[in-house]
Amino acid sequence: MTAQFLYGGAGMILFALGLWSFLVHEPLLRKLIALNIMGGGVFHLLIAIAERGDQPPDPVPHALVLTGIVVAVSATALALAMGRRLEDDGRD
Amino acid sequence: MGVIDWLALAVIVPLIGALAVTALPSRVRGLGLFAACATAVIALRVTLEVWQAALLRSDLGGWGAPLGLALQADGLSAALLAMTALVGLAISISATGYFRNDDQSRHFWPLWLLLWAALNGLLLAADLFNLYVTLELVGLTAAALGALTGTRAAVAANLRYLLVGLLGSISYLLGVALLYTAYGTLDMTLLAEAMQPGPVSGSALVLMVGGLALKAAIFPLHFWLPPAHANAPAPVSAVLSALVVKAAFYLILRLWLDVFAPVVTPVASDLLGILGALAVLWGSWRALRAERLKLLAAYSTVAQIGYLCLFFPLLQATPEGTPRDDLMAALVLMALTHGFAKAGLFLAAGLVQQSAGHDRIADLGGTAQHLPATTFTIALAGTALIGLPPSGSFIGKWFLLSSAVATGQWWWIPVIMAGTLLAAAYVFRVLGRAFNLEPTPRVFVTQARTEVPALLLALTSVAVLGLVASPLWRLLGLEGGP
Amino acid sequence: MTRAASLLIALLTALFAGVLLWVFHEALALAPGARLAESAMANLAATGVSNPVTAVLLNYRAYDTLLELAVLLAALLGIWSLSTATPGFQPAGAVLWGMVGWVVPLLILTGGYLLWVGGHAPGGAFQAGALLGAAGVVLRLSGDATAGLPSVAAQRWLAVCGVAAFVGVGLATMAAGLGFLTYPSAWAKWLILLIETAATMAIGATLAAAYVGGRPGSALGEKRRP
Repeated sequence: MTAQFLYGGAGMILFALGLWSFLVHEPLLRKLIALNIMGGGVFHLLIAIAERGDQPPDPVPHALVLTGIVVAVSATALALAMGRRLEDDGRD
Repeated sequence: MGVIDWLALAVIVPLIGALAVTALPSRVRGLGLFAACATAVIALRVTLEVWQAALLRSDLGGWGAPLGLALQADGLSAALLAMTALVGLAISISATGYFRNDDQSRHFWPLWLLLWAALNGLLLAADLFNLYVTLELVGLTAAALGALTGTRAAVAANLRYLLVGLLGSISYLLGVALLYTAYGTLDMTLLAEAMQPGPVSGSALVLMVGGLALKAAIFPLHFWLPPAHANAPAPVSAVLSALVVKAAFYLILRLWLDVFAPVVTPVASDLLGILGALAVLWGSWRALRAERLKLLAAYSTVAQIGYLCLFFPLLQATPEGTPRDDLMAALVLMALTHGFAKAGLFLAAGLVQQSAGHDRIADLGGTAQHLPATTFTIALAGTALIGLPPSGSFIGKWFLLSSAVATGQWWWIPVIMAGTLLAAAYVFRVLGRAFNLEPTPRVFVTQARTEVPALLLALTSVAVLGLVASPLWRLLGLEGGP
Repeated sequence: MTRAASLLIALLTALFAGVLLWVFHEALALAPGARLAESAMANLAATGVSNPVTAVLLNYRAYDTLLELAVLLAALLGIWSLSTATPGFQPAGAVLWGMVGWVVPLLILTGGYLLWVGGHAPGGAFQAGALLGAAGVVLRLSGDATAGLPSVAAQRWLAVCGVAAFVGVGLATMAAGLGFLTYPSAWAKWLILLIETAATMAIGATLAAAYVGGRPGSALGEKRRP
């Protein structure tokens, strides 16, 4: 319970830190990093609640995290491509 | 259920279409149109089955909830599924005329079919995490589609839309994770049964609805919508305004009324109502001041989402029974009417823009007169946006007003009146340009492939939904009727 | 943004973090002990794999994974619609090429191993696909403009093969009267392996193509359009 709270609580703090960074910083890259940190925070929480003492961990949250990671990678890739398109347009 | 799982097919068939047009780019139009027709037929078939059976559920993988995933369709999902099918089909047909350049249609079709699959998946999902995946699929495809024009303004606006959408989904996902922590299930039906008011469910509600409110552009989180919708290619704007925003709103409604029913309080519902009222006033005012036709349409979407939010405090205050059923059906009717009308309006605006080379309202005079069918479409869609009889939104607003009187919440009435007057003003501001003393051509329709779908959409919003609205009550499984 | 505003946001998010911590604490106190773990473990024998996470990803919640591959495809299609690929980097020197010659086969081999091992131990299509994608990144960084990917037409097929395998298996089980994505347990292992193999190739190709960052083909080597 304590370990779970510490690990999951760290996830909550990461989420809040990411949110702060997303709101405060203007550059695209920092916003994207912030979003990924927020996602990391949620994944932290899911991993924490999968723990069940001596028994093998709950596989469902683990699988949700794997799915979440792929979704986050896809979204980040698309956002970066759009950002680069804007940069290229600005330079020409 | 027989061998054929229509619910799964409603998601899988547009997906297969997307795969086919991705792999075979040389046949993109034919394959895409074929997939669009097949998807529409399947979605209408699902709606028909819901009409007969009230509730359909199919366990994917055969495990059943809570371990496995399921698809589920009730009256609400079926009504929106049918709207998505008809609007989607009309948009698909008009896209074959709009995207004349091969390169553009090669990019449009795979993304649009993926978006359609995601929308159907969202409307049929029964699992909160599965909804997260469909939300992300909707968000990514919608942003990519919106940027298809390739102009700097479009890419910038849709990048912002993408980021806002991602923020919304992450917030939603945190709410889902908290619910799994507390209740150990992700299935919406099981969660609704287990739900207890308390800090955990309360904050999950705030996180999830807050995240979705960003995606549904509920005032004051609507700031991203006007530039993103106004700069997209016209068929895409139609999809975004009519379907994508509505999908996020559907999910809010579903969470609010089903999953979190024991948790929501009158104060929370009032807050949504107040935001809705502000959206009606602000969106309509900005639409009136807009200089471009597509921007006008986009701001009018903000206002229309506001009307839908006005239903929350009234639903909260109305006890179970026929009045509440009427109110619920009126809400769905208004959402459907707006979907059809706004899709028709954006398609018509796109035609005006292509034919005139711009969509500045002040200089539209001659163009509008050269396209009588399109002008007629704008007029019909405008009728539905104002809420004049016989459109579906007239009935919707009628029930909204009578419920405001019945529950003693009279303060919503001036908001609805003001919104209606403003809508009339912005619609007639456009139409006024169409009646200059320019020579009018003898042909009514000039470009059948793009004009006819738009006209049919607008006509549906006015005539079909207004005059034959009572089947909607039956589809939703509700008492009463207009 | 002014200093005062960012300080205000910092204060509010700190408050938000506090609320979240409290809520998480309450949620843990409410928590039902078993959640889905018990039933996931109990049905493991019928799933065709012995790694419970793979069982969730490819059997219990396979439809989630199907849609997630569609998300990946959507991102790639979006990237292709935005711009054409940039020419890439200068060819690497002899030492780097020598190393690449070792690293890339090793990545592919490890990917294949992770794909196979996913059935009974940590591993699976995503880990394997990520390694293949990394091989593509290494190749592009060392001067191969196409990141080791085949022709445009083949790339399109590779990008869709993961979802296609999933959908194909789902439709086949539906046609057999079992329901969408309901594997017969005798076949489950091989169907999952088939899907995972296709998914690995799709993920690897998609990640590498996303790293290339634009639609491939004619524009490679040309000057970018203004």
